[in-house]
Amino acid sequence: MLDHPSPPRPALSTASLVVRLAAIGVVVAGLAAAFAYVNGTLDPQRLRPKTLVNALETNNGVHPGYRRNHAKGVCVAGYFQSSAEARAYSSAEVFSEAKTPLIGRFALPSGNPYAPDSSVPIRSFAVQFSQANGQQWRTGMNSMPVFPVGTPEAFYQLLKAGAPDPATGKPNPANMPAFFAAHPEAAPFLAWVKTAKPSASYATETYNGINAFYLVNGEGKRQAVRWAVVPQSQDAVGDTAVDGSDFLEKDLVQRLAAGPLRWQLNMTLANPGDVLDDASKPWSGPHTVLNAGTLVVQSSQPQADGDCRDINFDPLILPSGIQASNDPLLAARSAAYASSYLRRAGEVSPLHHAPQESKP
Amino acid sequence: MKASPQLFAPLARLLHWLMALMVIAMLFIGAGLAASVSERHAWLIQLHKPLGIAILALVIVRLVVRFSTQQPPLPQDLPQWQVLAAKASHLMLYGLMLALPLLGWAMISAAGDPVMLSSSVRLPALVEANAPLFALLRKAHGYLAYLLFLTVLVHLAAALFHGLIRRDGVLQSMTGTKD
Repeated sequence: MLDHPSPPRPALSTASLVVRLAAIGVVVAGLAAAFAYVNGTLDPQRLRPKTLVNALETNNGVHPGYRRNHAKGVCVAGYFQSSAEARAYSSAEVFSEAKTPLIGRFALPSGNPYAPDSSVPIRSFAVQFSQANGQQWRTGMNSMPVFPVGTPEAFYQLLKAGAPDPATGKPNPANMPAFFAAHPEAAPFLAWVKTAKPSASYATETYNGINAFYLVNGEGKRQAVRWAVVPQSQDAVGDTAVDGSDFLEKDLVQRLAAGPLRWQLNMTLANPGDVLDDASKPWSGPHTVLNAGTLVVQSSQPQADGDCRDINFDPLILPSGIQASNDPLLAARSAAYASSYLRRAGEVSPLHHAPQESKP
Repeated sequence: MKASPQLFAPLARLLHWLMALMVIAMLFIGAGLAASVSERHAWLIQLHKPLGIAILALVIVRLVVRFSTQQPPLPQDLPQWQVLAAKASHLMLYGLMLALPLLGWAMISAAGDPVMLSSSVRLPALVEANAPLFALLRKAHGYLAYLLFLTVLVHLAAALFHGLIRRDGVLQSMTGTKD
């Protein structure tokens, strides 16, 4: 059985051969170049996930196994008890089921896992709600009501302003004022920071989702919201930093030994005209606020082996019934968290060799 | 004994060109989303997951078609090393088209993330949540995607070499333009 004979092929002239080889080269090189543009190799100016994570590492040092931001924290577990108020606005199971288990994490907003608890007036609370249908809702909330800036580019400039000067090992003191002078959108954040004090407890803080999202009901109707969790029947805010630098986790463990801690989940409905794509802008004036239910925190675990350790609190992991807004920070957070998560996911064992005492 | 066909079966050709478009689109989508913090990142990832599962389903159909239809033989005068290179690259293409969606699915599972193909369609986890395994699978997904892109480039260059330089009917057996 013979293979089919090749068709007759007159020999190519040298010129024709060169032209044809060059054409093949152009096609292949063109495709490779397009790929190199898309993956950023030929577009070095582009802000990439690793650019942001590298900037965090430059500012805070590399601490293997830890999150590259919000590095110091503690795991908690509990459940969410829904109220009926959000059900008309969102079809998410978290609002229709009576109880949804949650895993959370309280943290400081710095990439340094040894930062003293009194070093910043901001605390954060990240939560993963695990619905019975397998879908999840993850959110990372902070005690400030607005973000300093509205775009990933401006956030990168903010990180660069805080980068240590190679000569002194400290950030140039002129950089931060220069950054804020060039970024008037940070005014609401700066006004808040002026009055903010490092709290003595994670339990007394309100945590804000900051970015806008949409609640989507069964008919597909969308309602823009910002959410926050507000502490219930916990000590008044106002206690400021106590002695030592690791008081927050101790305080939490102590309080949980006495009973669960509760936060009310508030959904602030956007008014017409509220900015949905800029987390640096507050929503001012009267708003309808839904009480969507109660977060009940029952127990805590050190993060080195806690259930929250391997969770990437990606704000775009949302259940059906909650959708992202077109706030550019959401995609940037999702992309940068994924990059940080990849780095630390392969570095779990160093967490157990970390110094027990805080470094100065 | 049946005479060897000169063309790939029509279904094989359809699958080849459909998947060529999908795989090249997928490679660019993946490279783009991994290198962006803009809104592109979010919508590219929403495209990447269902497209990857579609490629996984199609490559299984394609393997069935491949083994149940006759392939046109390579020209008799093709040097042995080129025959080997053709066979090896085809094996590589099939292997990577099968492995990459499975790695993507497994790595999302290993991260403990729900594997969402849309806002409400969820696939079961392929492996248990395990962060070090995620790191391994995620890196493999990236490196093997680059290997697939290189293999596609070599495959494209070889196809054009057959079509423009050797003019031996190999390219036409897939374009279907051979008379």
